[in-house]
Amino acid sequence: MKIAVSATGNTMESRMDQRFGRAASFIVVETETMDFKAVDNAAAASSGGAGISAAQMVADTGAEAVVTGNVGPNAMNVLKAANIAIYRGSAASVKENVELFKQGALDKIGTSGPAHAGMGGKA
Amino acid sequence: MKLAVLSGKGGTGKTTVAASLAVTLGNVQYVDCDVEEPNGALFLNPEIKHVTPVSVPVPVVDEAKCIGCGACAKACRFNAMAVVKGRVLIFPEVCHHCGACVIACPQKAISEIEREIGVVESDADGFFLQGRLNIGEPITIPIIQQLKRSVRNDIPAILDCSPGASCTVVQTIDGCDYCILVTEPTPFGLHDLKIAVSLVRKMGIPFGVVINKAMREDRSIPSYCRKEGIDVLMELPYMREIAENYSKGVLPVCDGGWRDEFVRLYDRVRGGLAS
Amino acid sequence: MKQIVFISGKGGTGKSTIVASLSLLVHDKIMADCDVDAPNLHLLLKGKRLQQDDYFGAEEAFIDPAKCISCGLCRRVCRFDAISEAIEILPMKCEGCGACELACPTGAISLREVKTGETYVDSTVRGTFSHALLDIGAEGSGKLVTEVKENLYGCIDGEKWAIVDGSPGIGCSVIASITGADAAVAVCEPTKSGESDLERVLEVARHFGIPAYVCINKYDLNTGITARIESNCEKNGFPVIGRIPFEPRIVKALQSFQTPVEAKIENVACEIERLWARLEAELAPANR
Repeated sequence: MKIAVSATGNTMESRMDQRFGRAASFIVVETETMDFKAVDNAAAASSGGAGISAAQMVADTGAEAVVTGNVGPNAMNVLKAANIAIYRGSAASVKENVELFKQGALDKIGTSGPAHAGMGGKA
Repeated sequence: MKLAVLSGKGGTGKTTVAASLAVTLGNVQYVDCDVEEPNGALFLNPEIKHVTPVSVPVPVVDEAKCIGCGACAKACRFNAMAVVKGRVLIFPEVCHHCGACVIACPQKAISEIEREIGVVESDADGFFLQGRLNIGEPITIPIIQQLKRSVRNDIPAILDCSPGASCTVVQTIDGCDYCILVTEPTPFGLHDLKIAVSLVRKMGIPFGVVINKAMREDRSIPSYCRKEGIDVLMELPYMREIAENYSKGVLPVCDGGWRDEFVRLYDRVRGGLAS
Repeated sequence: MKQIVFISGKGGTGKSTIVASLSLLVHDKIMADCDVDAPNLHLLLKGKRLQQDDYFGAEEAFIDPAKCISCGLCRRVCRFDAISEAIEILPMKCEGCGACELACPTGAISLREVKTGETYVDSTVRGTFSHALLDIGAEGSGKLVTEVKENLYGCIDGEKWAIVDGSPGIGCSVIASITGADAAVAVCEPTKSGESDLERVLEVARHFGIPAYVCINKYDLNTGITARIESNCEKNGFPVIGRIPFEPRIVKALQSFQTPVEAKIENVACEIERLWARLEAELAPANR
């Protein structure tokens, strides 16, 4: 299945980005084959609605799940509407997070972090 | 005449000067344009009789007409919309009320509803006006626009601005006849005064400076003004008594004295306009 | 790392002076000035410029005169009065929304990125410091604040603390400043305006889920109002962690570009130290 991991860089070795809306990029991985594609997160530069835009972009990739750190309420609304499951990743590389996901070792994120604008979560 | 009082740096005394002028001159309109933190009422004690909500248009989608094409979300430059699984999600707090989505929709499926972001309040005769932004709302401009629509043309209007030099201040001072820049003799005050001076010069509005909390020993502001050919309209000295009265909501002009100084200030403003 | 942002509601309450003082008292930290339209912290925190970038924070509409047929449709759809009767864009009013671009029948309008400010990262003896300056009259303060924070996060090198100087008010700049913070400290003065503005800015912190504390500056200017502020804050769950006395020597120190700490104004420096000790105690338990 296709999943998207928020990332600080463009490869599987890049560390997962704790932020969703302002992640540097998203690595979209086909979990069966480990084929991947890096998608730059244009939303990171917006002042408002970064989470909304990033969620729209992730939905457009066809990913069925997202692995990330913090998700704000607006982004969460979009992801839920798109039936995309959200998992809390670990402070590790994208590759390690995909492995953890495949093992079923990641927790689902059910509720969003507090409402925020301008910056999606803590560094 | 529309007279704006601004400062660059916060806490220099805009409201002290604006409200004192209003009290001294009498037959003028005082307009509190610091819609994030309006304070004028604490000193002028108006009786608020009219409260007008300020609303902004936000989009609403007619689901019967919507085909889920996503043109609206693509057109929105502020990320206020997302289209997933053929459904449109709208985020009103991020919306900039521009109407681009309405234009972009090929099915004409988007219309607009009003959302309240704050209020404009006035006394019975409209001599006192203030705007107040609701907590959590980021955008102030529609309230400033509504305040300015209520500015009278028959008597002078004094517009008390918010601190800084942002778009809120630009919107407030645009179209004013003269600007009073209030500063204080500290490096912060001088630095921010220069920013405010650049702004009023860029907008081509005549201006002068009032030095609040002035100290005889520090002449950095008068020096700067002299070098730049800027009128120093008045100096209000640094006095603990003035500060204590201010803390209680009492203006310098209410405690006797200083009225002559404010009358002279207004004369200098009119002189500055005439020249 | 724990991030603390100093906010105020009302301007001129002493945020920058306190943050600059903390820059001397706190080790292992990075700093930022999020008051992008009238930044002051750099006046007290001098250092070596590590990075300077133009910030393109807005888009503005441009009309191609070759394609324009002066039909005026753009002016009719523009909600920001940014198109004149002569069908010219008024840059200071343009919000970059693109409604005119969509409405134009000949494709004469396009949106282009414009520079709205500059961002800086300095290396000072007191730590790395991220700040910015918004161009005169430019839009998008909130967006530039976000960029200052991005640069701040970009410079983290294992520091324990991020101390941020915010801007006055409660609007987009302040909201962008407190986002992502672990705590906000609202600095106020015991005046009627100060009290009223404090209430509003604390509500903003609460609205966005940021734990907030209060520091009363010049507290002895009006002890009655100070007492009222303290009582209301305690009642509403905003601990008062500092009470700084009214001290004319501070102004003289600032005029020499010195904080109360360097100028050895003991009664003030002590209180700022106490404020910090309290913040450390509140935030440190979870600190790495």
